[in-house]
Amino acid sequence: MSTITPAQVQHIANLASIPVSDEEKKDLAQAFEETLAVVQNLQSVDTSHVEPTHQVTGLENILREDVVDTDHMLTQEQALANAKQTHEGFVVVPRIIDQD
Amino acid sequence: MLAKKTLTQVLDLLEKKEITLEELHKDLHAAVAEKNETLNVYLTVNTASAEEAAQRSEAALRGIPIAVKDNYCTKGIRTTASSTVLDTFVPPYDSTVIANLKKAGASILGKTNLDAWAHGSSTETSQYGRTLNPRNTNHLPGGSSGGSAAAVAADMAIAALGTETAGSIRQPAAWCGIVGLKPTYGRCSRYGVVAMASSTDSPGPMTKTVEDAALLLNHMAGHDKYDGTTADVSVPDFTQAIGKSIKGLKIGYVYHSIEGLEESNAHLAKELEVFKKLGATVEKVEAMDPHYAISVYTVVQRGEVSSNLGRYDGIRYGNDRSFFGAEAKRRIMLGTYTLSKGYSDQYYNTAQKVRSLYIQDYNKLFETYDVLISLTSPGYAKKIGATEGEAMFGELEDMLLEPSSISGLPGISVPCYRDPETNLFLGMNIVAPMWKEETVIQVADAYEKATNWNTWRAAEKAGE
Repeated sequence: MSTITPAQVQHIANLASIPVSDEEKKDLAQAFEETLAVVQNLQSVDTSHVEPTHQVTGLENILREDVVDTDHMLTQEQALANAKQTHEGFVVVPRIIDQD
Repeated sequence: MLAKKTLTQVLDLLEKKEITLEELHKDLHAAVAEKNETLNVYLTVNTASAEEAAQRSEAALRGIPIAVKDNYCTKGIRTTASSTVLDTFVPPYDSTVIANLKKAGASILGKTNLDAWAHGSSTETSQYGRTLNPRNTNHLPGGSSGGSAAAVAADMAIAALGTETAGSIRQPAAWCGIVGLKPTYGRCSRYGVVAMASSTDSPGPMTKTVEDAALLLNHMAGHDKYDGTTADVSVPDFTQAIGKSIKGLKIGYVYHSIEGLEESNAHLAKELEVFKKLGATVEKVEAMDPHYAISVYTVVQRGEVSSNLGRYDGIRYGNDRSFFGAEAKRRIMLGTYTLSKGYSDQYYNTAQKVRSLYIQDYNKLFETYDVLISLTSPGYAKKIGATEGEAMFGELEDMLLEPSSISGLPGISVPCYRDPETNLFLGMNIVAPMWKEETVIQVADAYEKATNWNTWRAAEKAGE
């Protein structure tokens, strides 16, 4: 069983875009170990002759008409009401390129 | 006190014009005002409930106010999922289940506490503080729908809505001594419900009696073009199963010999005799070990959580990702890990295959039995603070429910024992094949009426 290091936790935190403190990294590494130890029993089940189930109802490719649904349209004001920062009717997003 | 009435009783009183809607709303708001500070059940109270209800008094549910778990989007009413990420989020639309209920004449009394993002089985991960169990305030209400369970148990609501991903309706129902019905996956729309694990999330009713659950489900269920996983199957009138004899029904008793559950199982075994008196047969039967379901659920749920909670960027709505609490961080990151390159086969794909084995096991058992019964939870409600430092608390508490959850089956928890010293309850979990809610309702209703464990049925018999 592999041991999770604080460096690995930091890598996962970056992938999930979640800020973590050094203290949290230690706690998270331990919580990961505990959880992975519990789920380890999956490896002892013979799954060689079974297909995975991703969805229990068996429904596939549910499509709808490509038409405008006026019942579920928001006004610009409604759509922006919960945004932290807006500018002239648009949502302001943080810069993600050329950060330096 | 009208707040103590069941949904069926209140409907009857309104129809006969023996009470008014204003009286009902006033009584409920008084009960909330009296108890909420101690129990921490409601995060938001809808002070306009009476006015909204007045416009719907002619519809089937006649304006009756319902407690709503705070992960259902409610138009114009703050919806937090008990996380400060959504502290100020006011949805511009209703979730489908809420829209269905409003159309049927229900109104919203308030929004109830839950484990943040529904991650947990205690309400202790809520970023707005834990809810206390009204049956014994030294104990937890269970979760994640703990606020809704407590609202019903404390008579701070006539009925409530919960959601279950793996135990989140049935376990708090058991711990608070109420009825909790988890419908078949795909029976009630997930549209507008804060997504947790999309392949198992199931909205459902939490009520005082089985009859109330059947009635509420009638107005919640149905195919929804906004949720592609809802099935286009007809919705029966679930109340038709109320009062129906269970003579000749075959009941399988599962999880009867699990280590550590001896005391709880002794109480359940005694209660199963009731079914024999009602003309059903009861047999002990072996089902696939639920310990593997803990693992399947843990891996699947963490994976789906890491994906679903990716949307919270604090840009279009809500606060940024630094607002996530410890439990959400753990789950998002564990999911990120188990889905990452090199590990997804070992964890996620294997878990989905073991999930298939549970479905096969159920299919086999249902060739012989109409329903399967087990304990809902391994024991009574745990004491406050019990989740401290327990990364797997919920999964272990929900062990007996996870196999049916990952298989998408309908199940109901009804009170089946009350400890006279602590006033805490044990729940009985009744599971049937996909789309057979009617059967779990039929069996649960027969049991509820034949015994005295249901607080409201007992009061009814006593003429209160």
